[in-house]
Amino acid sequence: MATAAKPGDNRKINLIGLERTDYKGNVSTLCAGCGHDSISAQIMTAAFDLSLKPHTIIKMSGIGCSSKSPAYFLSRSHGFNALHGRMPSVVTGATLANRSLEAIAVSGDGDTGSIGFSQYKHLLRRNVPMVYIIENNGVYGLTKGQFSATADQGQKLKYAGLNELPPIDLCAEAILSGCGFVARSFSGDAKQVRELLKAAMSYHGTAVVDIISPCVTFNNHDESTKSYAYGKAHEEPIHDITFIKQYEEITVDYEPGTVQVVKMHDGPTIRLKKLDRDYDPTSKMAALQLLEGAHEKQEFVTGLLYINEGRPTLPELQHLPSTPLAKLSPDQLRPGEDKLREIMATFM
Amino acid sequence: MSTVDVQADVQHSAVAERPTVVNDFSFVAATVNGSGSQTANSVLIRAIFKMGIPVNGKNLFPSNISGLPTWYTIRINKDGYIARREGTEIVVAFNKNTAAADLAGLPEGGVCVYADDIPLDRARTDVTYYALPAKELVKQSGADVKLRDYVANMVYVGALAELLGIDRDEIKAALTFHFQGKTKPINLNYGVVEAAAEWVRANNHAPCPFRVEAMAKTTGQIMIDGNTAGALGAVFGGVSLVSWYPITPSTSLVDALNEYLPEFRHDADGAPTYTVVQAEDELAAIGMVMGAGWAGARAMTATSGPGISLMSEFAGLGYFAEIPGVIWDIQRMGPSTGLPTRVSQGDVLSTYFLGHGDTRHVCLLPGTMADCFEFGYLAFDLAERLQTPVFVLSDLDLGMNSWLSEPFTYPQEPMDRGKVLSVEDLKRLGSFQRYADVDGDGIGYRTLPGTDHPAAAYFTRGTGHNANAIYSERPDDWQGNMERLDRKHETARRLVPKPVIDQHAAAKLAILGFGSSDGAIQEARDRLTTQGVATSSLRLRALPLTDEVRDFVAAHERVYVVELNQDGQMYRLLCMEYPELATKFISIAHCDGLPLTARFITEQIQQREG
Ligand SMILES: Cc1ncc(C[n+]2csc(CCOP(=O)(O)OP(=O)(O)O)c2C)c(N)n1
Ligand code: SF4
Ligand SMILES: [Mg+2]
Repeated sequence: MATAAKPGDNRKINLIGLERTDYKGNVSTLCAGCGHDSISAQIMTAAFDLSLKPHTIIKMSGIGCSSKSPAYFLSRSHGFNALHGRMPSVVTGATLANRSLEAIAVSGDGDTGSIGFSQYKHLLRRNVPMVYIIENNGVYGLTKGQFSATADQGQKLKYAGLNELPPIDLCAEAILSGCGFVARSFSGDAKQVRELLKAAMSYHGTAVVDIISPCVTFNNHDESTKSYAYGKAHEEPIHDITFIKQYEEITVDYEPGTVQVVKMHDGPTIRLKKLDRDYDPTSKMAALQLLEGAHEKQEFVTGLLYINEGRPTLPELQHLPSTPLAKLSPDQLRPGEDKLREIMATFM
Repeated sequence: MSTVDVQADVQHSAVAERPTVVNDFSFVAATVNGSGSQTANSVLIRAIFKMGIPVNGKNLFPSNISGLPTWYTIRINKDGYIARREGTEIVVAFNKNTAAADLAGLPEGGVCVYADDIPLDRARTDVTYYALPAKELVKQSGADVKLRDYVANMVYVGALAELLGIDRDEIKAALTFHFQGKTKPINLNYGVVEAAAEWVRANNHAPCPFRVEAMAKTTGQIMIDGNTAGALGAVFGGVSLVSWYPITPSTSLVDALNEYLPEFRHDADGAPTYTVVQAEDELAAIGMVMGAGWAGARAMTATSGPGISLMSEFAGLGYFAEIPGVIWDIQRMGPSTGLPTRVSQGDVLSTYFLGHGDTRHVCLLPGTMADCFEFGYLAFDLAERLQTPVFVLSDLDLGMNSWLSEPFTYPQEPMDRGKVLSVEDLKRLGSFQRYADVDGDGIGYRTLPGTDHPAAAYFTRGTGHNANAIYSERPDDWQGNMERLDRKHETARRLVPKPVIDQHAAAKLAILGFGSSDGAIQEARDRLTTQGVATSSLRLRALPLTDEVRDFVAAHERVYVVELNQDGQMYRLLCMEYPELATKFISIAHCDGLPLTARFITEQIQQREG
């Protein structure tokens, strides 16, 4: 019988009888050492660990190095590499058409923070059920190193020169737009990325995970906050997270007395292990203050910044039936001939 | 009935002794936008329609919420000609700012009905005047002060009823229809109608030279606008997702969807089997349509030229990644914001080729209310069969004005959901290639997300791909794919609606048109026939052009291409598609914001034919 795979567990088969390789994708064509690839690896692990059914997942993205990555994981899931900045609307349409699909989307800081900023904000406002991963490197990777809107003020790039504009914080923007799951991590922190992804995948609504993901080719100067060196030195985890799905054995990998439990929509819980501060992720104001404070110190806090389980999702607001719209039968789709006659009579 | 003590104010004109014209004239109501004249006009047109007389109404309105002038023209024609005409015989001058110009526009022998608080210079002696004490009549109706402005236009309804002989029972029935049986507004409005009619009867010395007489030519017909017809077609086509961003003149199409979907599309528990999302812009609107079409639902959006511009990149993605979706373009006047409330057929070229690179889209071209309804569902069948975005190019005249039609025919064919592989299919096949041309028609097989089979998934992308949907930069992959898309376009050529052809063996000349201009074209042909000029006609109903078009053109010496734009876009497209026939085409393109008239077309052809 299949048993639950715990994080880091090397047992071959998960609860639905699939192997790790069933969650693999094509070979990556990104630069060796690109942060985006580490994230892909954790997406595969998280999906395997959670025993997600690949055929119910849709992998969505915009355009960019980051947005290419859905081709590099979960080959047994349908994927859609859409337009630059327009992935949110495509996911909105797809998840309304078939509300049983689970969308995992990957975007970049350019894709989300510039060309797609409006779609990002409106998607969050609508609470489209999905995992929205931003692989944030502060540059446009695919077009070879221009500044993105999340680049640090005062940062210098070889080709782009000096950035004098303040960065947009995509987590703060998410919180302001009503997003109920906002997390930040660092691509080099495999464990935290994985646990946050698992939590995001189990969240009911839009879950934003902004992952600092250094571009080794165009933005890995030590002084950049999106470099590996900076990331390791200045990352400030607000808590350790151990995500526990209902049917998993609860581990004791946390310090008693310092644990905050957040119950997820469909039963599982997230345990937040506070480190050096008494952080309450259910407070919007606290989250915004934390981000603003971190900005001033040019630090990034990692972990689950904000969670709110209260908001209905878009399909719920639209009162959609459980049968996906994409699966309606012809007689559910086309009213009868008598109906047309009735309507015609009203125009006579 | 009326107790208003106002002197009869009729001035006999020099031409009043002419024979009365019956069922062949037009009148225009000149009012102020936002004053509620739409109710008055729709009541008039409906009453005439219910008297069995062919009639058409055209609303010439400003891009403004209230205050600017607006003109509503009603053409009454016993022979069924319902295209716009230049000028009207009767003007209802209820807007003081335009009254002088409205009067000046009347032909000799015309009639001017006006509100007597408008200081009209009645210098013209070749016109019959009827000055109506509109304010006084409204006051006496007992209407609440706040409602007076809204019912004021009923004064001209009552006056015209009396002057033209419009059946007052039909007016009451039309009011009942308009107010959906609500007695209070019906009675209030009808009170004003009656008071005005009685006043005209009591004070009028001159018989009106124009009259309507009941006929039986509209029996069993419906009166509808193209946006409502298109929306109904979509409802019967199983539309499941609508995403849109408001823009005149397409908004009323989505309004109609919102009106009919709740009633006709819900499951046994009452849950809606559709969703309507107001998007943040047209990029998002078509993005949602693409997402839903990809996931297997019938999805559509409705927009106009500016929205089409914004949808360009997604249209290209849909074409290349092969995703079904339906986009209605209710054309208005461009470029730019242009004249947002005026009609044009100016999006032909931009929409057919919408997107960068080599892109050609299926475009349906409705020309009647029945077309609007039919294309409402057919567009989905074509989009899913061809796995591509399908555009429906309607226009403001079709979309927003009232037209007569036979009642719509229920779809005769079952829905065509296209080539979609099920789990059972995959079990049988073992695997599939998303972009392989298995059947030789250029159309591959697709699977829908959620299909529970290890071989079901494929990766949709706008980047170069091979038959397995894998990223590829290989020249042969690219070229092979584009050639398959060409084949698919040829398949579309065979599947799209055929043109409507009226071919005369003796005719050397032909008129080719599409969309809302058909009425003017057919009327022009009849005029030309009476002058001894025989013509054939062809009304295009879709792009790509079908083989019938080529044969038709080849069979004539000269083909006049009539359209409502500046550049002669369809003319250029025809020359491009049929270079060997290009010298046969002569462009008659006109674009001033108004629907085409038979006179314009006739004169253009006469001039060129010498
Ligand atoms: C409409 C449009 N404009 C511009 C581009 C070119 N382009 C491709 S990727 C990209 C930036 C990607 O940056 P980001 O989203 O941060 O992804 P990264 O490559 O850094 O992962 C741009 C500008 C495009 N594909 N489409
Ligand atoms: S250019 Fe930068 S973002 Fe793109 S693949 Fe290379 S390292 Fe990654
Ligand atoms: Mg980037």
